[in-house]
Amino acid sequence: MSFINYSSREINCKIVYYGPGLCGKTTNLQYIYRRMNPESRGRMISLATETERTLFFDFLPLSLGEIRGFKTRFHLYTVPGQVFYDASRRLILRGVDGVVFCADSQLTRMDSNVESMENLRINLREQGYDADRIPMVLQYNKRDLNPVASVAELHSLLNYRNGPEFEAVAPTGVGVFETLKAVIKLILIDLKKGKR
Amino acid sequence: MTRGHFILHDKEYEGFQSVLKRLLADSYAKVVFLVDKNGSLLATAGETEDFDTTSLASLAAGNIAATGGLASLIGEKEFSILFHEGERDNMHISVVANRLILVVIFDRRSSVGLVRLRVRRAAVDLERILREVDAKAGQEEEGGIEELTEADIESLFQ
Repeated sequence: MSFINYSSREINCKIVYYGPGLCGKTTNLQYIYRRMNPESRGRMISLATETERTLFFDFLPLSLGEIRGFKTRFHLYTVPGQVFYDASRRLILRGVDGVVFCADSQLTRMDSNVESMENLRINLREQGYDADRIPMVLQYNKRDLNPVASVAELHSLLNYRNGPEFEAVAPTGVGVFETLKAVIKLILIDLKKGKR
Repeated sequence: MTRGHFILHDKEYEGFQSVLKRLLADSYAKVVFLVDKNGSLLATAGETEDFDTTSLASLAAGNIAATGGLASLIGEKEFSILFHEGERDNMHISVVANRLILVVIFDRRSSVGLVRLRVRRAAVDLERILREVDAKAGQEEEGGIEELTEADIESLFQ
């Protein structure tokens, strides 16, 4: 649920990076944090374990300039990917405006990707969303590793909505901003239509 | 059309601000802010320049969400008040009308009892304004989001 303040002319939207454990959700946010102009981003908060696994969420606020006199602010969150943190994932999905599903391209992680996508659909439904209509972009991360599934395989396993999809190598930034831009566009188009 | 979104117009925004200002003065607090349950900052009063309000809003919402999860595990609907005591500053967090989060940061000039008392009164006023927000939810505003074009959206990335 976006927050639109006509008084201060601001739009606030929430983007959640979802996906299996160790797929690179936090790495996406870290890259965005490093590359954004400091004036356009706030502090990045990571609620993580001592071994740097996400415990609750990562949070990165971005300001992307104005459209039609409205300042646009996007709050980026990641969920903890490990299976047993499901209660936390449900909480973080509350009020989400758009989802980036980050998949791990490694062949050995295909089951985890499918399981995480199923889990996302279940949790979206529990929060009252239509899992087939909420703005969503897929990112096939870790394309630099071997052996990885082909994009066609990943597409057939995960991209059931035939939505935007991007190959990525998050630590070096390949595909990171393309993914972010795509989900922001979908959110703004959805906001304009007021479809949810 | 903007149904399903939380839309705040001038009058209600100013209403929120004025409730917060009064709460700030009446409770001798350092800073007061109002957040929605998704972590968006709605209004603030007090010495906000000393705080990263965006992060505070997000973490307060996360805190309420997490304790709400704990509450449901023991069969409670919600823990509507949280209190964090620090060495210098303290934080009183309360849920208003099941949708908003009111955060009061105060030091030794005030007390948790006083803050609690004043928050209760402010919550009544905030609920009233929230009902006005809901009543206007269907209204469209000139120069609103519904007039966004694809070119506007594209311009963000140039």
